[in-house]
Amino acid sequence: MSKIDRKRLLREMVFFRRFEDRTFEAYMERKIGGFLHLYSGQEAVATGVLEVIQAERGIGFDYVITGYRDHIHAIKTGARAREVMAELYGKETGSSKGRGGSMHIFDPSVHFMGGYALVGQPFPLAAGLALACKHQKEGRIAVCFLGDGANNQGTFHETMNMAALWKLPVLFVCENNLYAIGTAIQRSTPIIDQYKRLAAYNIPASQHYGQDIEVVMEATQSAVDHVRSGAGPYFLELLTYRYRGHSMSDAGAYRSKEEVAEWMQQDPIQILAQRLIEAGELTEEEFKAMEQAVQDEIDNDIVKFAEESPEPKVEELTKYVLEDNPDPRWIGPLEAQGGGHG
Amino acid sequence: MAELAYWEALRRAHDEELANDPMVIAMGEDIGVAGGTYKVTLGLYDKYGEERIVDTPISENSYTGIGIGASMAGMRPIIEIMSINFALLALDTLINAAAKIRYMSGGRAQCPIVMRTPGGTAHQLAAQHSARLARLFMGTPGLRVVTPSTPLDAYGMLKSAVRCNDPVIFIEHESMYNLKGEVPDEEVFRPLEGAEVIREGTDITLIGYNYSVHWCLSAADKLAQEGISAEVIDLRSLKPIDRETIRRSIEKTHRVLVAEEDEAPVGVGSEVITGIIEDCFFALDAQPVRVHAADVPVPYNYNLEKSAIPDAKDVYQGALKVLGKV
Ligand SMILES: Cc1ncc(C[n+]2csc(CCOP(=O)(O)OP(=O)(O)O)c2C)c(N)n1
Repeated sequence: MSKIDRKRLLREMVFFRRFEDRTFEAYMERKIGGFLHLYSGQEAVATGVLEVIQAERGIGFDYVITGYRDHIHAIKTGARAREVMAELYGKETGSSKGRGGSMHIFDPSVHFMGGYALVGQPFPLAAGLALACKHQKEGRIAVCFLGDGANNQGTFHETMNMAALWKLPVLFVCENNLYAIGTAIQRSTPIIDQYKRLAAYNIPASQHYGQDIEVVMEATQSAVDHVRSGAGPYFLELLTYRYRGHSMSDAGAYRSKEEVAEWMQQDPIQILAQRLIEAGELTEEEFKAMEQAVQDEIDNDIVKFAEESPEPKVEELTKYVLEDNPDPRWIGPLEAQGGGHG
Repeated sequence: MAELAYWEALRRAHDEELANDPMVIAMGEDIGVAGGTYKVTLGLYDKYGEERIVDTPISENSYTGIGIGASMAGMRPIIEIMSINFALLALDTLINAAAKIRYMSGGRAQCPIVMRTPGGTAHQLAAQHSARLARLFMGTPGLRVVTPSTPLDAYGMLKSAVRCNDPVIFIEHESMYNLKGEVPDEEVFRPLEGAEVIREGTDITLIGYNYSVHWCLSAADKLAQEGISAEVIDLRSLKPIDRETIRRSIEKTHRVLVAEEDEAPVGVGSEVITGIIEDCFFALDAQPVRVHAADVPVPYNYNLEKSAIPDAKDVYQGALKVLGKV
């Protein structure tokens, strides 16, 4: 990776951390409602994986899909941070026009095909996106991010079977943060190393350290090479940790202070920053200035945009349930179809 | 007599039934070590151990199926599903298996499970966490569907459900867990069937179930201030529906409104009003009114959400409509 790349990636991760911290604050101010699942601690995963995908093909070329912890994946895929924040505020300018909220960020214009609140639901949807990619032969692939807990869902097993059988171009990224809400991984599956489960489906899989973005990117590169070659799916397991509780209503009491502290020592932002500083590519002052600039951008531009945006109109409650102006030839009453019954 | 919150009442029922019968177990995500999303099993893991309070992986269809299998072999599982939305993953095993086992076996096998789950919209949880779905289970022969609206019913009906030999779908509500009410100190069982007149009145009958009962009660208060006497019925059970209690009330009041949080098409209100037309059409002095949710996935935005889901004000307005006052 070039110097510029590493600094930019560091800035992005700083931005993602601050973005989530700011949503936390807005939630406490009751400007954001519902469930809010934050990504702090896991930044190197989404940033690193999607950086590799985009470096090859550019933003919005491949499809990306994930679960409810989706803000950062959406932004890194190309959704505008302003619109993601506005969505969290429930505004009309939000990426789902205020209808979806935190757990359902969508931006099909950059092929970010959604966050979903049902654990395991994105597996088959991702394989479906990949099926379309294969059929349409434009060289796209699908990338599916999900937590380790999702692998216990039936959709995991059924999807892996078909994805392997049909050699679908899909990269599954397992963000193994060791917990599913309050249940530690060793209490929900006898195989803690998730990548080993893929042997049953003949899908190549590997496990890597998810707190070091350079490790993530290297692993992603070979996984993506495999998928793009037409050889079928790949399953990438990245070991990571979420700093906050599962959601705003979860204080995370089921994790020991020592465990949390140990993982905080392995902070993806600090790891990269320290490396750049030691290599003489970045000074402490530059790093501080970077953090300040990010904070200013988020407060003065992104949050401001969300706060000043209009609410959706209540009269438009039923908009988007079905198509606004469907073709009358297929939809309208029989008389409108001009004969046939006369 | 103690004041208990709805969740505490459920917890007490679990505790007593687990103590009473070693075949009773509880299963679900995060119910053990973490004590349950709504604290309903808090402390029970320490008391009864991991074989009776079973933490499951995120595998709704299969852990419900495992509960069903165990029930055929003599266990009495209480299966908790964190949200009724996730119960959709278990519909196959609930509707295709649990509901039909007794019938398919000519009465030789049975499936005494309780599936507990909260339905309803809470606070901006958006489309995939706001389903109600009572109507789905209501339309399935072989299930019982109960919808307790008070801590007393939550406690007494859960105890009955655990001892019932049929599969019972036990629908709670995300917004009711902290609701308080009196529960006697001694052991009480409340029946799984039968509606209840919870407030007597003469001018109009307001019918609710689960959370909508509380809208009916506060609408009745407001109507009373205007000199209108509303009778309130808590359906308590959606399968079967107690048509007799409804008929008797309408023969007294001659006017009726049904309040539900489900969407209207194929809703609880459609079923209740059909029953009324069949049972006591000529007792009606006015067109019945349904208060129901809009036919949209529940939006995230606060104002849109509010406009999609009815409340006490809508019940009050609807009642005025039945009474010909608007
Ligand atoms: C089908 C379904 N079941 C249960 C839930 C409740 N739930 C939400 S997140 C979660 C844990 C998921 O853990 P994991 O997949 O490891 O992802 P993480 O939150 O750790 O990123 C559970 C049980 C849900 N949303 N959907």
